[in-house]
Amino acid sequence: MIEIGLGHYLTLGAVIFSIGIIGIFLNRKNIIVILMSIELILLAVNINLVSFSIYLGDLSGQVFTLFILTVAAAEAAIGLAIIVVYFRNSGTIRVEEIDKLKG
Amino acid sequence: MIAHAIFFYIFSIIAVISAIMVTVSKNTVHSVFFLILDFISISCLFIMIGAEFLGMIMLIVYVGAVAVLFLFVVMMLNVAQQKNQWFISKESSGHIPVGLIISVIIFFELIIVIGGWKYKPELFNPTNLSITKVESNTHSLGLILYTDYIHVFQISGMILLIAMIGAIVLTFRQREGVKKQSYLKQISRERTEGVEVLEVAPNKGVKIDD
Repeated sequence: MIEIGLGHYLTLGAVIFSIGIIGIFLNRKNIIVILMSIELILLAVNINLVSFSIYLGDLSGQVFTLFILTVAAAEAAIGLAIIVVYFRNSGTIRVEEIDKLKG
Repeated sequence: MIAHAIFFYIFSIIAVISAIMVTVSKNTVHSVFFLILDFISISCLFIMIGAEFLGMIMLIVYVGAVAVLFLFVVMMLNVAQQKNQWFISKESSGHIPVGLIISVIIFFELIIVIGGWKYKPELFNPTNLSITKVESNTHSLGLILYTDYIHVFQISGMILLIAMIGAIVLTFRQREGVKKQSYLKQISRERTEGVEVLEVAPNKGVKIDD
């Protein structure tokens, strides 16, 4: 309990990952919160990579965390651009009303 | 070691609570603020366990760029005041148990994986790039990032470039009724069509019709 090991960090990552999944599934508000939940999931993955990297003494986990950071930033920019375009065309970004793509 | 434990619990509790608040808060602006709080506490954890470069990069990239981008879009689209319909959904509420079940299953799967790791820690022995205590975290990261991972690094730069181009192309629109500067028109003007030399009679003046 007092000795903080690898398992504590992995558990924290698992908790945040699950909260992100819950946020994706249960969201009824707008689609921006879904993007934020995806950011939470990527954050959990980063926690896992960094904690493994530190506790195993291997630096490549931190390098890949950098690349995940890059991909997360690119994904946020593209996703928000798509949301802005959709809002301009249809006037809503509520999850229930986005049904132009029937599927 | 006890200070390490105390700080770990403080930051992780803040991170988990703010992650929950991101998903359940009524106002989208509040969600963005809780997302920022989450990023800050996780970067504090990173700095605490010795990945200080990534912690600082996390602060700069996530808090300084991504979260502010979210905040801009939320405020630009004016969706902050939408009512929360988290549990009260008229037609479709079958997604709530499905989502909860799937999340709980994923959580327990991850916990099982962690347990397996704890009971068999010699499953994987890293020998590749060891962390030396001699040089700092930033120094060693830079040493391998620009040598061993140079191609991946350049590809990630390419991804950023493509994302930038995509965002610009997606949100660009030609609006009508906006006066714009036309460089071609400006530099193709001749002196003769701009200036006219008139013969002015004395005490008459010139009438300019336009």
